[in-house]
Amino acid sequence: MNEKYARITRDGLWDNNVVFAQMLALCPLLAVTSSATNGLGMGLATTAVLLLSNVIVSSVRHLISPEVRIPVYIVLIATLVTLVDMSLNAWAHELYKVLGLFIALIVVNCAILGRAEAFASKNSVTDAALDGLMMGLGFTLSLVIIGGVREIFGSGTLFANAHLLLGPAFAFLETTIVPEYKGFLLMILPPGGFMAVGLLLAAKRVLDQRRTARIALVAQEA
Amino acid sequence: MKLEELRTKLGYQGLLLGGAALLTSVLLSFFSQATEADIKAAEAADLKQSLSQVLPGEYDNDLLKDTVTLPGSQGEVLVYRARRAGKVEAVVYRVTGHGYAGNILCVMGVSREGKILGVRVISHKETPGLGDKIEPAKADWIHSFEGKYLGDPPADKWAVKKDGGIFDQFAGATITPRAVVKAVKGGLEFFDGNKAKLLDEAGGVK
Repeated sequence: MNEKYARITRDGLWDNNVVFAQMLALCPLLAVTSSATNGLGMGLATTAVLLLSNVIVSSVRHLISPEVRIPVYIVLIATLVTLVDMSLNAWAHELYKVLGLFIALIVVNCAILGRAEAFASKNSVTDAALDGLMMGLGFTLSLVIIGGVREIFGSGTLFANAHLLLGPAFAFLETTIVPEYKGFLLMILPPGGFMAVGLLLAAKRVLDQRRTARIALVAQEA
Repeated sequence: MKLEELRTKLGYQGLLLGGAALLTSVLLSFFSQATEADIKAAEAADLKQSLSQVLPGEYDNDLLKDTVTLPGSQGEVLVYRARRAGKVEAVVYRVTGHGYAGNILCVMGVSREGKILGVRVISHKETPGLGDKIEPAKADWIHSFEGKYLGDPPADKWAVKKDGGIFDQFAGATITPRAVVKAVKGGLEFFDGNKAKLLDEAGGVK
């Protein structure tokens, strides 16, 4: 049982990562990762929606006919996103001003429909909840890394404006990596996003290959 | 009948789709009503905050309620009026510039003498790193309008330096500041053209 949960966790965070393995959700990814803070905000909002949608889809999975499942999932997800959007706008307005743009973008995030279809519709509610949480966190992690890389090369800072998103207590995150940096505009613009994603993807493949080789070596010696 | 059998029936599927749509619509409309008042209040607070940025000083009326709509060169302009003891001391309204990538929405405050109290860019899609120096967070450029009016500088100097005016342009981005300068100048011309109505002189004190 524990092994299963460990598997789901590893899948979400690394092996089957939304961005670096499934290559999903690239549209919102390229749009918001011009800084690490933006990536974090988008990641957290997506995680919340992913968790909720997985739980709901999984709990009604026996009622849904396979033939009409896609429209039902889409209606569910769109409703969820709208609810999150409205409640943030009403009750967490400062946060909404920072995240507002990203929340509408969550609807077009195919990773959410993907997880509803590939995982939540076939597994128990607990499993689906864990999967939603881990996939969301994996997505957040990749967004923060890509945003961080683009921000360091593009503007020479890291986590700029973090206090707007997380509150003044997190102002310590804001660091200037390169003082007096003139900026490298390409990395902030969408092409820089593609480059950062490509290079990081290659790096992950190298890491994975090394690990497989090491495991094979250990197996050979044993 | 068992659920598995039922699920394959066309009628069930139709009902399921309709049911899902109905349920989510009910949920959404209920939630929309529940949040409406709070969203309105938050947006009003936002607007007040952005208006107060271009309106230094104390005023004793509710800006958001004291408005007048006048025809401008680009359609209707909604003007907020700030009063002290019933007298209009300053007005705030929006002007739009046509930048490098779409509209640049600005809000400007003008005193009753026609001097600019402040200009802020509310939204724009200019190139990050080049055109976004119009934001006060990125550069001080937007403050260069403060205290200016039509006459200082003279009308032909209301332009960026490249066009023979007095306002700085940014290296690599001339279109953006040019658009903002033009919008602000248009805003001042709008003020001059509608002075009596804006200052509520003809109609007396409400």
